[in-house]
Amino acid sequence: MTRSVPLSQLAKTIRSKNAGVDKITFDIIFPDRESYERVKKSGVLNRAFVARLYGIPESRISDFVEFDPAMAIKFTIYRLKPSGSPGDTDIFGSQQYAPLLDVQIPLDN
Amino acid sequence: MTQPSKSLRFLCPNGHLGFAPLKTGSFYRGLEAHPDFIVADSGSNDIGPIPLGSDTSTSPEEWQYHDLEQMLLAARKLGVPMIIGSAGDTGTNSRVDMFVRMIQEIAHKHRLPRFKVGYFYSEVSKDYLREKMRSGERIMGLDGRPDLSLAELEATDRIVAVAGVHPYIRLLDMGAEVIIGGRSSDSVIFAAPAIRAGFPEGLAYYLGKVLECASFNAEPFMGKESVVGEISLEDVRVTAMHPEQRCTVASVAGHAMYERSNPFYEHVLGGTLDMSHCCYEQWDDRTTRVTGPVFRPSPEWRVKLEGAGKVGERYVGIVGIRDPYTIAHIDQVIGWAREQVRERFGDEGYELHYQLYGKNGVMGELEPSRHTPHELGVVVYGVAPTAEMAREVCMIGSRQMFYARLPEVKGTAGGVAFALDEVLPASPAYRWTLNHTVRIDDPLELFPTALTEAGV
Repeated sequence: MTRSVPLSQLAKTIRSKNAGVDKITFDIIFPDRESYERVKKSGVLNRAFVARLYGIPESRISDFVEFDPAMAIKFTIYRLKPSGSPGDTDIFGSQQYAPLLDVQIPLDN
Repeated sequence: MTQPSKSLRFLCPNGHLGFAPLKTGSFYRGLEAHPDFIVADSGSNDIGPIPLGSDTSTSPEEWQYHDLEQMLLAARKLGVPMIIGSAGDTGTNSRVDMFVRMIQEIAHKHRLPRFKVGYFYSEVSKDYLREKMRSGERIMGLDGRPDLSLAELEATDRIVAVAGVHPYIRLLDMGAEVIIGGRSSDSVIFAAPAIRAGFPEGLAYYLGKVLECASFNAEPFMGKESVVGEISLEDVRVTAMHPEQRCTVASVAGHAMYERSNPFYEHVLGGTLDMSHCCYEQWDDRTTRVTGPVFRPSPEWRVKLEGAGKVGERYVGIVGIRDPYTIAHIDQVIGWAREQVRERFGDEGYELHYQLYGKNGVMGELEPSRHTPHELGVVVYGVAPTAEMAREVCMIGSRQMFYARLPEVKGTAGGVAFALDEVLPASPAYRWTLNHTVRIDDPLELFPTALTEAGV
């Protein structure tokens, strides 16, 4: 059986925020090289996975970056309507990260 | 240009001046570092389209005044320039005028010796863009938007262009000791004095990029604390001023990606800051040193435009539901209420939105959870051209949930719970109509500068 841990146990910061008025960007920042490399190597997080997790087509993901200097994985998605339009539920885009917390990262060596 | 003989220090006390007051402890500590400039950005488009569209500030005047007063008294005492970008949240002309007026009031109140105040505007008229479009110029959409259409332009109430370093450099050349800027890229208010002094553009824009949000580039997380950045011909060094904060390699590098879709590139009027070859080193306990940013000039002047347009007047209703059968059939309940609004007002000419707290009220279409809640909180929004109509759209949309006809519901004395038997007026609804760029001939073309005085 594969053991795994939730992403929230490996990352020190998991956040979302507007990147301009038409996009929301997600940052997953790790406290040390080891956790960062483990998640990177697991291959769990990628464009296809994010699209599945949020139920969106991959074309709505504008950027997906592994950012070594900050030990961070970052991706950005297009909003369906600009922030603050009638019907928008999160003007700052600041509460869209929650589904990432429980993403399971396998602990296989 | 002559090479600068010494490094320059910049003190930044706040990342969005006015949104919350700066903390004075670390600001005073920062003043002891003898900054050459005291600089803060005051704008954001995070706050949604309402302030720009309605030409208001989301920040209370007391807090704007507080920070301007702190910064002005310190800057005049040290005899160094003070620079504010994107005045009053949006950088519209009225916000620039308001900040200039506050500077004059503060100077008068404290009997400060006379000094020069430079300012510039950033608003763009619809006529100007209409003329550009008529001459065949494309107003290009950013972030996947189509090019601007005449219809979208007509639906817009107010537009600002986002300035580069140019009006700031011009105003410093004119002798301004305090600058109140219209809408500007955050980084340019720091980059302008550094470029003017002869420092490399890559380091200058990076300095601005790393300082723009003040203590957000340090750890642990604290807002509204001061940071000091120092630029030399070789590097940028950034130091946290709060005794319990440190600028670390991770915190400084991490800030490069904050609120940006990509951590490697930052676009400003005139070019792109390329951070992909940045090298970060811990310089001392509280300071991180950065080398290697490169500025790549663009082949033409393309300026970013932000615009907001009014959608309509808005009312809000709040509805609670506890019956599990009703919760399971919430789509039918909403469908019933929508149908009643349709019978009264037809299919068009208004908007009716339902936000379902407990189901997907926060994430909407992005919500992956299919969990069934034991209760639902529904916020109903009615938007229409007049307040009377918006109120009635919202009222029907809320109250008719009470009368929804579900075939097997047990409770037949009212299908939902009202905490308030009324709908509430909200601020009018706006939307971002412009997130575009337009080509200009001169980087000062849309940013007229002027000089006035303050003090006694």
